[in-house]
Amino acid sequence: MKRVYLDHASATPVRKEVMEAMLPYFEERFGNPSTVYDLGSEAKDVIEEQRSKVAKLIGAEPAEIIFTSSGAEANNLAIKGAAFAKKTKGNHIIISAIEHHSVLNSARFLERLLDFEVTFLQVDEHGLVDPERLASTIRPETVLVSIMHANNEIGTIEPISELSAVCREKGINFHTDAVATAGNIPVDVNALGVDMLSLSGAAFGAPKGVGALYFRKKLRLMPLIHGGIQESGRRAGTENVPAIVGLGKASELASKELTVKMDHVRKLRDHLLKGIHDGIEQVVPTGHPQKRLPGHASFCIEAIEGEALLLMLEQDGIYANTGSACASKALKTSPVLVAIKIAPDVAQGSIVFTLERSNTMEEMDYVLERLPAAVETLRSFSPLWGKKTAA
Amino acid sequence: MKFVENQKADESLDLVCRMCPLHLLEPGDKMKCMKKGQVLEVLTDYDGALEDIPAWCEKCGHEFIGLEEDEDCYKLYIKKAK
Repeated sequence: MKRVYLDHASATPVRKEVMEAMLPYFEERFGNPSTVYDLGSEAKDVIEEQRSKVAKLIGAEPAEIIFTSSGAEANNLAIKGAAFAKKTKGNHIIISAIEHHSVLNSARFLERLLDFEVTFLQVDEHGLVDPERLASTIRPETVLVSIMHANNEIGTIEPISELSAVCREKGINFHTDAVATAGNIPVDVNALGVDMLSLSGAAFGAPKGVGALYFRKKLRLMPLIHGGIQESGRRAGTENVPAIVGLGKASELASKELTVKMDHVRKLRDHLLKGIHDGIEQVVPTGHPQKRLPGHASFCIEAIEGEALLLMLEQDGIYANTGSACASKALKTSPVLVAIKIAPDVAQGSIVFTLERSNTMEEMDYVLERLPAAVETLRSFSPLWGKKTAA
Repeated sequence: MKFVENQKADESLDLVCRMCPLHLLEPGDKMKCMKKGQVLEVLTDYDGALEDIPAWCEKCGHEFIGLEEDEDCYKLYIKKAK
């Protein structure tokens, strides 16, 4: 059966070039980078090469990159590590209400166990954080602000350089979760003005299980994993060399291909969205109409249940997402959709398509052929749809 | 332990939040790029450094100038001797 994969925010396939680069490090070049003999020192040198490639992708210096096991670990290290390091200076943290759970729950952990206070900054109807609102929330004891670069559920890109400028004036550390953006749109830590930035390899053609945290030089960061001196003592544990090589190769490819990829997925996304809005009634777009990720289409289809639609699409070989797997498994309305004030019944029909360079216009047409029929079938069972059409 | 005040340094190394043995490894690397007679300031919050760094200086032939207590860390001063 035809397979059209449109859930690249969840995971991307490992690229062939990335896989080829990784393979030698599973077998013949398996050495532990901390050892003194050539097998180890070669592995160490290879890690440093990858550090340079990842740094180049985001305009950083190699020494400012810490490899982690995921974007979630990078977010944990940023939030907890920077907060611990500044504990004597203050105990107030600000994060947006639409952060990923790895940021939200790291902040809640600090609140519950270490007497930090957390302000969850509200967003507007498009999911944007207002720099003036941020400025008014800052207190003398604020030590850390974390606002995501782009939201993976609604696609909105935040005004990070304006938000970080507010913090820089006051000497407050600023972190951004760039898991949805690094490798997908231009990301430059200096242009963004951030002190820390998290990224994940699985978002752009590297394997799962590898990520990185950028931290600006001279920033103090308490390690979360203690042990050896790997990652300059900031993250202990023998390095996952093959995965780091994969992240480096994917970063190198992304640096070269970004513009072409963005143009490609934007064209596909616009075509898909137009077709959906033309072909299906009562579709509510989510996220900002312009300030959004180019390969990201998100909306709520009224009077359907998103997960049911995903299962129907799966039967046609189409893979998408509702945007918030954790919330839907817990039978909760997505906190992101709540934050942008989507009515709870409408939020149930959330659908997110995230595109990549390998997707084609033909695939978009296939989705446009199958999606309206699936929606019509679901609506035919829906008491909500009956009420709406009767009204 | 010898205490100093307002000691000037040519280079500074912030090792606050970094654990053993970074307080010995990083000064060694830093010293390699410094000239004889120059002073390195090491910031650390690791108590063990108060014993380890003077002992390391003696072993490596550098001069341990002294220590200053700051708000949230110790400042240790080392003069490169060779």
